[in-house]
Amino acid sequence: MKFFNMLRKLFSNGNIIPIVTVLAAIGVFWYSVAIPMNSERVARKFKDLTASEHVLKAWNLEKPKLPTPHQIITEMVETVFFKKITSKRSLVYHGWITLEATLAGFILGTILGIALALGIVHNRAMNLSVMPWVIASQTIPILAIAPMIIVVMNSVGITGLLPKAIISMYLSFFPVVVGMVKGLRSPDQIQIDQMKTWSATPRQLLWKLRFPSSVPYLFASLKVGIAASLVGAIVGELPSGAIAGLGARMLAGTYYGQTIMIWSALFSAAFLAASLVIIINIIQNITLRKMAIIR
Amino acid sequence: MISVQSVDLTFETNDGPVQALKDVSLDVKQGDFVSFIGPSGCGKTTLLRAIAALENPTSGKLSVNGRTPDEARRSREYGYVFQAAGLYPWRTVAGNIKLPLEIMGYLKAEKEERVKKVIELVELTGFERKFPWQLSGGMQQRASIARALAFDANILLMDEPFGALDEIVRDRLNGELLNLWKQTKKTICFVTHSIPEAVFLSTKIVVMSPRPGRITDVIESPLPENRTLEIRDSKEFIKIAQRVREGLKAGHTDEIL
Repeated sequence: MKFFNMLRKLFSNGNIIPIVTVLAAIGVFWYSVAIPMNSERVARKFKDLTASEHVLKAWNLEKPKLPTPHQIITEMVETVFFKKITSKRSLVYHGWITLEATLAGFILGTILGIALALGIVHNRAMNLSVMPWVIASQTIPILAIAPMIIVVMNSVGITGLLPKAIISMYLSFFPVVVGMVKGLRSPDQIQIDQMKTWSATPRQLLWKLRFPSSVPYLFASLKVGIAASLVGAIVGELPSGAIAGLGARMLAGTYYGQTIMIWSALFSAAFLAASLVIIINIIQNITLRKMAIIR
Repeated sequence: MISVQSVDLTFETNDGPVQALKDVSLDVKQGDFVSFIGPSGCGKTTLLRAIAALENPTSGKLSVNGRTPDEARRSREYGYVFQAAGLYPWRTVAGNIKLPLEIMGYLKAEKEERVKKVIELVELTGFERKFPWQLSGGMQQRASIARALAFDANILLMDEPFGALDEIVRDRLNGELLNLWKQTKKTICFVTHSIPEAVFLSTKIVVMSPRPGRITDVIESPLPENRTLEIRDSKEFIKIAQRVREGLKAGHTDEIL
């Protein structure tokens, strides 16, 4: 019942019409582009087709240049719901491997980001010296750094989750540092002076004023951070020999020309990222409402 | 109580030094209600901040309760009310008033008791569990005053606390503040740029003028301690207001010459 009410609300707000329109436009574009892109392969495989047969074949090739949405969805449904989740062919299995590294990297990155922000806000030397390095760290392409991290950590015997989590951390700490520095500095001078008139200790200033003030900034950063974490985890899977994970799945797909597999891994990653951001958004709304910052 | 002896205070800015206070001397006795009045830039807020140890005088001597301002700050001998109420949006009214008590490490039972007492004092009973955004500007400022009263500092420093409020609310809060002062017998230093406010509230009016910030006149008010808003139509009131106005004008003439 609740679900239908939600649907009705969605319709009555007029939200659904723009969404459907955009989706339909993308679909039309996608299917029409798929015809010329795949027609060469159709022509090579089949002779004497009528135009409509040609189009249908182009939309349903086994190894198309551009798979069509229904092919990707079919593949996803099959590999998500109809494979055992312990199977190497299950997207749930690969998704979980990537998710694990994402979450581990996200937690590490958040901790590192908050720690650096605290240092920057409280220590003059760190304020002047750390930020340029933090920014420089993000100008280096992650694709260049990822293999080095994997190789170096491999050579000291660390494999599996941790190297990927480190790469995730490398991407996700940045938005947290930037957001938290801004958040911790967001109390105005009056509020800080006020604390001073009460002779508050630096720790009290942090816990009672700076930290609560920074919560909205933290959540904004976490949303960017978790998406970056997922990208990091996927990139981290590419040089590791493509054993497991969504990144491995994409890589395997390119090795064997399995375009449908690549696209379904890609869609899964996008779906995963969206879900993670939505989850953080929900936690944010609950927290801020509890703190009476939004009402 | 508070003694200011030939205090100078210079700010270093990018455009060179700015003298905010020049040779300021003043004595505030226990139980006084002192207003600082003057145009913006006359250093009235700076003087208040120096008393609160939020600014450091360049030279001269300042003492609060016989100690340096910083010692007085550390032993929490004054409460400070800022221009903006500065309530924490994530705390209720009671939570906001409790904040300094938490910082000062009061016991739980005492915290509750004190919060209850000052909420009654500023007439906010029934609003304990409301959040700041649910209050009007005047009520927020009252909560902010309650917060400054919650711990037993015997000095109350107020920096244009009613500056952002409309005149009707302001009149009312002025009356309430006067009652509060009589009840608590605190020493109050009050910065304002409203002449009627200064004359109505104070036992002593300090008139200041800008560039450099200095005291041009100190008026001991002859008005009785029990005042109602009607006193503002009395002859004495008008006479004092006139003297304040002249003091302010004198400061300006100096500047032109």
